[in-house]
Amino acid sequence: MFEQFESWYKNRHEYAKKWKERTGGKVIGYFCTYVPEEILYAANILPVRILGSHEPQDVSEPHIFAMFCPFCRDCLAQGLKGRFDYLDGITIAQSCLHIRQAFTSWDLHIPTDFSYYLPHPMNVQSPHAIPYLTEELKLFKKAIEEWIGHPITEEDLKRGIEIVNKNRRLMKEIYELRKKPNPPLTGLEAMTMVVSSQMTDKEEHNKELEAVLQKLPLRNIDNSGERLMILGSEDDDTEFIAMVENLGARFVIDDHCTGSRYFDNEVNANVDLLEAISERYVKRIPCPSKDWPQRTRLDYIVQLAKDYDVQGAIVMQMKFCDPHELDTIAIKETLENDVGIPTLFLEFDVTVPIGQFKTRVEAFLEIIREEDLF
Amino acid sequence: MVETKYPTEALKCWNKAKELREKYYEDYAKAHEKGGIRWAGGAWSFDAIPAGLGEDVYSLTGEPYGASVAFNDKFAQECHEATEAKGYARDLCSYMRNYWGSAILNKYAFPQFSDEFPKPDFMWQDHICCSHAKWYQVASDLEGGIPLFSIDVSVGPYEQLTDHKINYVVKQMHDGIKWLEEVTGRDYDDELLIKAVYNEFRTCHYWSAICTLNKTIPAPLDEKSMYSLYVLGTLKKSAQWTADFYEKELYPDIQDRVKRGIAAVGNEQCRVMTDTQPPWAFLRVFRYLEQYGCVSIGSLYTFGLIGLWEDQEDGTWGPRSIPNIELTNRDEALRALAEWNLSKPEWQHFYHPKLKSDMMIRIAREWKLNGVLLHFNRGCEGLSLGIAENRLAIQKAGFPVMPFEGNMGDEREFDLPRTMKRIDTFMESLGVEKFKI
Repeated sequence: MFEQFESWYKNRHEYAKKWKERTGGKVIGYFCTYVPEEILYAANILPVRILGSHEPQDVSEPHIFAMFCPFCRDCLAQGLKGRFDYLDGITIAQSCLHIRQAFTSWDLHIPTDFSYYLPHPMNVQSPHAIPYLTEELKLFKKAIEEWIGHPITEEDLKRGIEIVNKNRRLMKEIYELRKKPNPPLTGLEAMTMVVSSQMTDKEEHNKELEAVLQKLPLRNIDNSGERLMILGSEDDDTEFIAMVENLGARFVIDDHCTGSRYFDNEVNANVDLLEAISERYVKRIPCPSKDWPQRTRLDYIVQLAKDYDVQGAIVMQMKFCDPHELDTIAIKETLENDVGIPTLFLEFDVTVPIGQFKTRVEAFLEIIREEDLF
Repeated sequence: MVETKYPTEALKCWNKAKELREKYYEDYAKAHEKGGIRWAGGAWSFDAIPAGLGEDVYSLTGEPYGASVAFNDKFAQECHEATEAKGYARDLCSYMRNYWGSAILNKYAFPQFSDEFPKPDFMWQDHICCSHAKWYQVASDLEGGIPLFSIDVSVGPYEQLTDHKINYVVKQMHDGIKWLEEVTGRDYDDELLIKAVYNEFRTCHYWSAICTLNKTIPAPLDEKSMYSLYVLGTLKKSAQWTADFYEKELYPDIQDRVKRGIAAVGNEQCRVMTDTQPPWAFLRVFRYLEQYGCVSIGSLYTFGLIGLWEDQEDGTWGPRSIPNIELTNRDEALRALAEWNLSKPEWQHFYHPKLKSDMMIRIAREWKLNGVLLHFNRGCEGLSLGIAENRLAIQKAGFPVMPFEGNMGDEREFDLPRTMKRIDTFMESLGVEKFKI
């Protein structure tokens, strides 16, 4: 049922190249989920999120100091190896310092027609963040219009918003089914569904989501293992998810930018459209780099844990990812002390040490299962 | 006495600089004894704003404090171990870990002034690096929920500044003043704010003017000495004592050295610059360079952390002029303060390494350098941002580069003998020989 999503995820480059041939449209690579895809869809541009390959690489060392996260270096490596040679442009919305370097080194060394750094408020809790971002979105829209050679109309924007909103709505409906005692989809399927939406034409993705939604409520799979949450840094480590689920547990919810944080809230298209887009990106569940002075994510994570009846949480910490490192202790303490949910902290690289992690996850599951070993 | 190529002598105002720094840490520790207020925040915080709360408001800026801890490597290690025991990652900003460690251990780096770590009454920060606001968010957790206000200044490079970007910063500043009144219960004095803004203009201008004098051969200042001088600007750039010291004591002192041909390194024969904060527990690296007659004339870091710069009439890089404006109200003062700070050289590379490379190459040319030493600093993700690209750009511009890895605040991550060997090789590649002393 989820094979199409898996195929899109695994064959993202072939998909994008064919999309270009088929539509004659432009493809833009983006580095962070704070990029307002609505404006790109309004311009009939295909936004493709630049993610890593999870392979060891040796090409980014001259460009990014090794103390920066392996994810940003893996992303840059994809560009340096020519795997995104079909891109017409690149863009980033300001978030963490690490991924910013992948963007700037790409900008310096991999020629594209269009390159745009979108300043984006870090103080999203300020009442001035929305008007500020609205002005930045006007500049972004203008730059896109100059690039494509024609204006983006209000109708275009409404269409762009509706495409992306629908995608969010449908994925949210599917996530709702994960609250069931026996969820009809696995964590692996959920992850490939969301990540594939970041790299395919959302209109096609929406059709597939609708088809899946027709059948999914009736699907019955043995999915009765321990109910886990996964949260933390950027994570599309499908191999890790599969390993954990093969041990009999089930991921029923996540707090990842490759998961629920990507689609959580919609754009309210009833007001000024750019302001509405701005509001959505300012008020979305924040990346930890923007979650200050208050840690609003803690309440969100606790609520998810309750709503999805979570029995344990795995905190995935990308090595050197400072924003997440700065929240990890607070998250662990809140989950363990305030709501009694055991956590397993795992620091990972882009290449997941499956063998070591398997041992640790097995031990964690034994704790949850309260198994008598002897 | 060894005869040198150029005369050398101690700075006249050296002891005064040391006294001012000591007094700063003493004032902070003892502020409550006099009924004053204490706040903690970054060296880049808009410290002119809390100045409007009264003349008995004292700050502890985290980065220079973290550096002071780092200089005492034993205490720094205690701090790191304390933060690691709490579960915090050891790859995080080492200044931040030094500050947190002090809070956890309840030990002040200046025990002559306080037996305990003096807790701030509030935290006042700005945010351009991912670790800025989050530093004090965690510190607030560790110190029992001290109120925090942080201003986002990451609005893009100065060359692309627009009204809406300045407005975003200024509106946060206005909110900050209301917040300060709420958390302290004091009425805000705009006259004190305006006075502090003028002081900050002078501090930033004169520090750059001092660094500009280092274009002279022989250089009147070496970077190791500059660390003890620029620090005053990082402690309280809006204080009258900082501005007065730079304008009325240090600047004339350095001018006089230039006039009389006084050198920082008597056998100067090679000029380099560095980048990012140095490994504070190993400043003897700079003394080792002197054995080669090599002077580090500074860095974009020492020049641009506090100093502000602009093109001069003759096309060279020099101090940004003190704005010739009359500030009559709060909004004007805040707007001027925001615009002034957004031109800070060390804020530009947060958006693209090219902006930093251009400034560094300019320094290399105008300060007549033979090479560049880049500290790949594991302790600071903000200032190490883009450093690998800076290396490539500087090399492309024709300047030899020696990268060395270390950590400004965590001595466990610095290999002194290896760095010395690397310096030997680099000097050999530049054709520079050691002096026999």
